[in-house]
Amino acid sequence: MNDERHTIVRVINVKKDFPLGRQTVRVLKGVDLEIMAGEYISIMGPSGSGKSTLFNMIGGLDKPTDGKVFIDEVDISQLDAYELAWLRNRKIGYIFQTFNLIPVMTALENVTLPMTFAGMHGDDAQDKGIELLKLVGLGERFQHKPLELSGGQQQRVAIARSLANDPAIILADEPTGNLDLSTGAEIIELLKMLSAERGVTVISATHDYKMLNVSDRVVWIRDGMIDRIENRDELDISVGGITEVEGAPA
Amino acid sequence: MSKKVFDASGGSGQGIQRAISLPWGKSVEISFRSLRVRLFRSMITVSSLVLAVSFLSFVLVNLDVAAGILKAGGKAAGKILLAAGYDVDLETGRVAMSAKERWIVILSLLVCTVGIVNAQLMSVTERFSEIGVMKCLGALDSMVLRLFLLEAAMQGLLGAGGGAALGCIFSLLAGLIRFGGKAFNALPWLDALGSVGLATLAGLTLSLLGVLYPAILAMRMRPINALRAEH
Ligand SMILES: Nc1ncnc2c1ncn2[C@@H]1O[C@H](COP(=O)(O)OP(=O)(O)OP(=O)(O)O)[C@@H](O)[C@H]1O
Ligand SMILES: [Mg+2]
Repeated sequence: MNDERHTIVRVINVKKDFPLGRQTVRVLKGVDLEIMAGEYISIMGPSGSGKSTLFNMIGGLDKPTDGKVFIDEVDISQLDAYELAWLRNRKIGYIFQTFNLIPVMTALENVTLPMTFAGMHGDDAQDKGIELLKLVGLGERFQHKPLELSGGQQQRVAIARSLANDPAIILADEPTGNLDLSTGAEIIELLKMLSAERGVTVISATHDYKMLNVSDRVVWIRDGMIDRIENRDELDISVGGITEVEGAPA
Repeated sequence: MSKKVFDASGGSGQGIQRAISLPWGKSVEISFRSLRVRLFRSMITVSSLVLAVSFLSFVLVNLDVAAGILKAGGKAAGKILLAAGYDVDLETGRVAMSAKERWIVILSLLVCTVGIVNAQLMSVTERFSEIGVMKCLGALDSMVLRLFLLEAAMQGLLGAGGGAALGCIFSLLAGLIRFGGKAFNALPWLDALGSVGLATLAGLTLSLLGVLYPAILAMRMRPINALRAEH
């Protein structure tokens, strides 16, 4: 799709400690990772291996104890509050396991909120919001509040919201974690479609093996370190194995 | 068609400062909505303010009524007022709050402020994840602060305004019952209006003071903590 592929995320020797009582636990033990623009990356690993922690570092939601994260060759630890807000607003779209829509706002208002922050005019934002909700398959439901929507529908709204300002990166932390198998598969399909059609880099932390089929690369994390990184072509074999182990998907 | 993260245009701090915005109209709309959705909670916060401010307004307008009567009726009226328990200075012709009254007013305002702080703290805690999401979407600390201050200002205006009006009405009724038509005829309306305004202003100030600490907590909270708080 793109003639010049460039590195959009570069993680260099990132370590993260958390205080635990009097001690500190090292959750990330030196992670190096390079992600190209337009890639669909899955970060896989057992519970507690540090996926969300790494995800938060990449998304500028938390600061590494040591090491650096570059977004498009800009060291995000050097950004001030305004620049970080701008980065979150325009360049990164976040999707969470628990959807995290704002309950008092309608689907459409949730989607247009980042556009409002970006200074977009009200009518333009409405139009774009409706267009995005149609894109994720929620054309008629934009006046509903999150609690009036199913989990899958809420996650669709969250995806539409993450696309509000045409971000370069979508960060999804277990986007299918609270969904049943088939709804999860639909959400994964949607993310894949967005990545292919819009050239968005999708980075998702997950333990959903359905993600493997659509990922360009899979980063396996174990105990705060990268265990291995597999490309799509190497994956097909192991996916067969895994689906067998996991049982047939819905 | 992959996108560059930092365009040449948007990279500098100044550009960004202008780039992230939340218009006042929109802020008011969001705050108003938050209040409406949590109507019950808002009513509780507001009701303590209504009570405290109406008491303040009642006391202040009472003094105005008494001052009016004193001015119209001279020494004789002063005697009546003294008998009715007012703190009258016959020489200067002024009526003041008794020390006891002053204490009760101050205490009620204090209790009301504590109540507001408490209610607003709950409101902030309840919205931890909402605040975190807003910050993930690019909200600046100042926007979060502004939303909470606006909510408090609306609650304050409503509660204090209503309370002040209520207090004034009760005070006038009480005056009517105690002193008859005199209370109305001699009332310095402008002073009474000033008292109502003063009580409203005091209530609004308390409402804003009460939200300050909770709002600063919300503002300072990092999105990561806000998102984790839910689990
Ligand atoms: N803020 C924190 N304070 C203390 N410890 C933390 C904090 N955040 C994470 N941890 C610890 O770091 C480890 C990794 O957590 P993380 O959330 O990154 O795991 P994960 O791979 O996302 O797991 P899961 O698949 O269950 O979501 C865990 O042991 C967790 O207890
Ligand atoms: Mg996690």
